[in-house]
Amino acid sequence: MTAAERHRLAAIPEVSTVLDDQSPQVPEIIRGTGHLPEMRVDPIGLFHRVRAECGDVGRFRLADKDVVLVSGAEANEAFFRAPDEQLDQAAAYPFMTPIFGKGVVFDASPEERQQMLKNQALRGDMMRGHARTIEAEIRRMVAGWGEEGEIDLLDFFAELTIYTTSACLIGKPFRDELDASFADHYHELERGTDAIAYVDPYADIDSFRLRDAAREKLVGLVQGIIERRKERGKVPRDQRDLLDVLISLDMSADHITGIFISMMFAGHHTSSGTASWAMIELLRHPDVLAEVVAELDALYADGTEVSFQALRSIPVLESALKETLRLHPPLIILMRLVRADFEVLGRTVPAGTMLAASPRVSNRIEEDFPKAADFDPGRYIDPRQEDLQNRWTWIPFGAGRHRCVGNAFAMMQMKAIFSVVLRDYTFEAAQPLDSYQDDFTKMVIQLKQPCRVRYRRRAGR
Amino acid sequence: MRVVADTTICQGHQLCQGEAPDVFGFDADEDVVVVLDEHPDESRRKDVATAVKYCPAFALSIEEEGTT
Repeated sequence: MTAAERHRLAAIPEVSTVLDDQSPQVPEIIRGTGHLPEMRVDPIGLFHRVRAECGDVGRFRLADKDVVLVSGAEANEAFFRAPDEQLDQAAAYPFMTPIFGKGVVFDASPEERQQMLKNQALRGDMMRGHARTIEAEIRRMVAGWGEEGEIDLLDFFAELTIYTTSACLIGKPFRDELDASFADHYHELERGTDAIAYVDPYADIDSFRLRDAAREKLVGLVQGIIERRKERGKVPRDQRDLLDVLISLDMSADHITGIFISMMFAGHHTSSGTASWAMIELLRHPDVLAEVVAELDALYADGTEVSFQALRSIPVLESALKETLRLHPPLIILMRLVRADFEVLGRTVPAGTMLAASPRVSNRIEEDFPKAADFDPGRYIDPRQEDLQNRWTWIPFGAGRHRCVGNAFAMMQMKAIFSVVLRDYTFEAAQPLDSYQDDFTKMVIQLKQPCRVRYRRRAGR
Repeated sequence: MRVVADTTICQGHQLCQGEAPDVFGFDADEDVVVVLDEHPDESRRKDVATAVKYCPAFALSIEEEGTT
């Protein structure tokens, strides 16, 4: 960075430091890395403090990178509208490379991959089939539930969403080869997203060793499936899935696994976490839960199929889901590497800097979302429509050109899940309601365990 | 009402055409929405509002026009 660039960056206020980066409690490998130690233990505290102390444009430091964190409608709009050539996504997430696999590089940018996914698996005309698939997967998961029992939300939804994402994005024959062990290994991968990756994504630490071992196990499972496919020989076209296509291209099991991991990644922990938090918020707000159940009972009274209704309006449930997403966005920070100087609110962010927006911070801006900490599904009812009214700060799915391409799929999946489970079962918390918490120590946020709920089959179901 | 589509953020999901095919069309070359009727009749409001609400890219909006 040149002296002039350093000077421009210095004009952007830097957030205070609350955790000494030389403290003995900080792992040695990240001593002296500025705010990185704090981001590993309390990222939400850090991101909120940036806005509180610095306003819409503030700055913190991750090792040798300055990160400029923007918030508020105007700065967010500039962030989300910037072209890919100026703000680069791929370079901003070093913790993802070892998960997808070194050398598993698509001949495509993240933007192009997103477009491919939309065109191949998330097209509007494919949603009906996906809705049927998802309904069937949920019913398969609850088939052994019996009259009453207990589940762990993280285990249950992480497994379910492995089946739904693999069935819809890769193919049903592939999904039918999977069991809970695939979900377990996948979960270990997600836990390997330690922010230490900003210093060294291959550092010799426990979570990275577990991550690499989990990836090896996934490759092993996929290898086994490939061998069975090869023994089985050719099958008619309509029974083939993406795996058959990749085998015919002579790709290695390692490479194929990397492709599958990356295809499933964006839709997995995000959907799993949202389903869990929606359940928790409904249990915390019995009045809303009662309204949702009444709505579902009325909608399905005439025998309407879940796969049909999940693609249509279910307003009360949708509002509860949106409010869950606002308060518990699965991704709390979205990052880009600045490739060409970026102007925002009269400041210049020089090339080489990281730029970030925070769904967690923006979704709780008091001016846009009055009583922002309250769970209030009424925000989305006409005429308030606080999501549409604040399209640059209501950003659980991001915004702009790269707004999550899977968001319609995700909402359909949530509607299908709750349509099935809330009509057939009642739920209650199996632990204090305030004990359900997220674990923020990894870049992929997951519920802290235990996170158990009890279910009981509804009379007559 | 005036129907506005931001084609710089449209992702080409084409869901709006399902809701109001008389108001929203599609430019296949550019992979983006085309507003066919910028000032649809008030009777079309419900479908247009649904298209706006469910647009996966949040690329659509309705602007209310002055009564003057």
